[in-house]
Amino acid sequence: MDETTAILVSMILAATPLLFAALGELVTEKSGVLNLGVEGMMLAGAVTGFAVAASGYSPLLAILAAALAGAAMSAIFALLTLLLLANQVATGLALTMFGIGLSALLGKPFVGIPLEKLPALPLPGLSQIPVLGPLLFQHDAMVYLAFALTLAVHLVLTRTRAGLVIRAVGENHDAAHALGYPVRLIRFGCILFGGALAGLGGAYLSLAYTPMWAQGLTAGRGWIALALVVFATWKPWRVLAGALLFGGFTMAQLHAQGLGIAVPPEFLAMLPYLATVVVLVAISRDATRIRLNAPACIGKLFHPDD
Amino acid sequence: MKLMKWAAALAVLAGISGFAQAGDEPFKAAWIYVGPVSDHGYSFQHDQGRKAAEAAFGNKLQTTFVESVPEGADVERVLNKLVKDGNKLIFSTSFGFMNPTLKVAKANPDVKFEHATGYKRADNVSTYSARFYEARAVLGTIAGKMTKSGVVGYVASIPIPEVVSGINAFTIALRKVRPDAVVKVIYVNSWYDPGKEAAAAKALIDQGADVIAQHTDSPAPVQTAEERGVWCFGQSSDMTRFGPKHHLSGVIENWNEYTIAEVKAAMDGSWKSHDTWGGLASGMVQLAPFNPAMPKDVADAANKVRDDIIAGKLNPFAGPIKGQDGKELLPAGKSFSDAEILGMNFYVEGVQGNLPK
Repeated sequence: MDETTAILVSMILAATPLLFAALGELVTEKSGVLNLGVEGMMLAGAVTGFAVAASGYSPLLAILAAALAGAAMSAIFALLTLLLLANQVATGLALTMFGIGLSALLGKPFVGIPLEKLPALPLPGLSQIPVLGPLLFQHDAMVYLAFALTLAVHLVLTRTRAGLVIRAVGENHDAAHALGYPVRLIRFGCILFGGALAGLGGAYLSLAYTPMWAQGLTAGRGWIALALVVFATWKPWRVLAGALLFGGFTMAQLHAQGLGIAVPPEFLAMLPYLATVVVLVAISRDATRIRLNAPACIGKLFHPDD
Repeated sequence: MKLMKWAAALAVLAGISGFAQAGDEPFKAAWIYVGPVSDHGYSFQHDQGRKAAEAAFGNKLQTTFVESVPEGADVERVLNKLVKDGNKLIFSTSFGFMNPTLKVAKANPDVKFEHATGYKRADNVSTYSARFYEARAVLGTIAGKMTKSGVVGYVASIPIPEVVSGINAFTIALRKVRPDAVVKVIYVNSWYDPGKEAAAAKALIDQGADVIAQHTDSPAPVQTAEERGVWCFGQSSDMTRFGPKHHLSGVIENWNEYTIAEVKAAMDGSWKSHDTWGGLASGMVQLAPFNPAMPKDVADAANKVRDDIIAGKLNPFAGPIKGQDGKELLPAGKSFSDAEILGMNFYVEGVQGNLPK
């Protein structure tokens, strides 16, 4: 594998956890809920996936357990914001901190245990294609899943009735309620989906990217995923592009250092957020663009009785 | 009225229990770490020192520790709390804790502080560190013999003199064995970030490195090297189990004897502010066990370098030393002084890349 391909592959691998988490958050936000607890849910998934795998169970079980853990964390958020009508922003932040602490606590017995990485699954036939083969078709199952989910989320949100209802709930929950749709149930489902995907993103980190558990393994990727959803103006394909871009910034900076190009390492931490700010400015210049893309009811609490 | 009686009774009780304890109160000492103890690296080794002190002094010593204190505003708050809790000796175990430690020390002259890897002292602040660069010289020797491509990758944390002197000592020793070898350095801007460290290791391997060294605290570079089939060196503790086939050796810090000595001095009142910079000879720096896959001639060469450094026959920073541009920095017969090593902010010949300022 020549060096350019290697750099591109590392970009894809770096983008995968971001892609999982951002896709989940996109669905949650499309239904009108702003869940800032992505970092906490990712860590919950990471520690659970690692714990299950390190205890000797199959990787598949570990991945499922991670998704369930992420969903469980988001269920707490759902209870607080949908039923008890707590402020979504504050609850999401609290969930993040809770997730960071809980995962550190639960992960203590698993620190320092080495684990076999998720095996790569080269797709027969496709992986032999000269350039695209190693680039796209020699990854492990979770990378393929991330790509498949991008397509699935796009199709469901734009082509199916269920997706239409989700978007309706996110645009105007009062109208959706008047039409008879169970707003809170739909939002609950979307929150759980978001949590499950965030859990998968975390599991990718602890099972495949760096197969180990360490406190705070996600190192801020949850926040990047949140920024990514806005960066992508709530469209799944743009989320994929954004994740690759963000992953690319990280890898490019490291490679640049290795090649001797003098880039201050502090720049690395800044770049993804700088890019988000730039994009936000760009899309805010035209107010209709924002109105068209952002779910109108995002962050607003829903009272079925008024 | 009843409440008042209750409060009074409680106060008396507290007073009595305070009295009773006054005689045999244990000496309280505290440690703060920059990372989690479970990093199985830098902070882990400091905690081993704490445990050694606990084992040595039994119930005459009561220890506390606070882990994962970020280098910044939090340090002062944590130190103040530890002082309020009655700790009389506090180990501040990271370079970035320097200024807050001195500030709190100034405000509390009766509390003693031990600052690891720093260089500012006060009447109640000692500094201590280990000559990591001595171990790096041994690792450089091994790398020189094991590399085929002549490119060695170095995953570094932050461009401070401690890290830079390690890179330089490593490179000097490397090029004694293999004069055409180069060292590529990538800074991840953090002491502990497994994701970035793994990414940096991957980038270095993709750029041709067949040996990976690190000055970061997680085993991620070792894992990456093992997965890609590349030799590697660990950091701070024995990381063999993360790379059983490819982990050649590593730098291990050993703070146990020093910690016990300092606690003893603080307990019996003979504590004085001083600076300790122990190397291989004092045991403060050690090498991780050599991998059995290492050929015998390589192990012998490494052991010889180690023994020569311990005996004082070999100085890792003895001239002639050339800078990155090829100009001579140090003539033969001279060597860098301790002060120069502590303030090192340039690369020697063989290190690729620019040193971020």
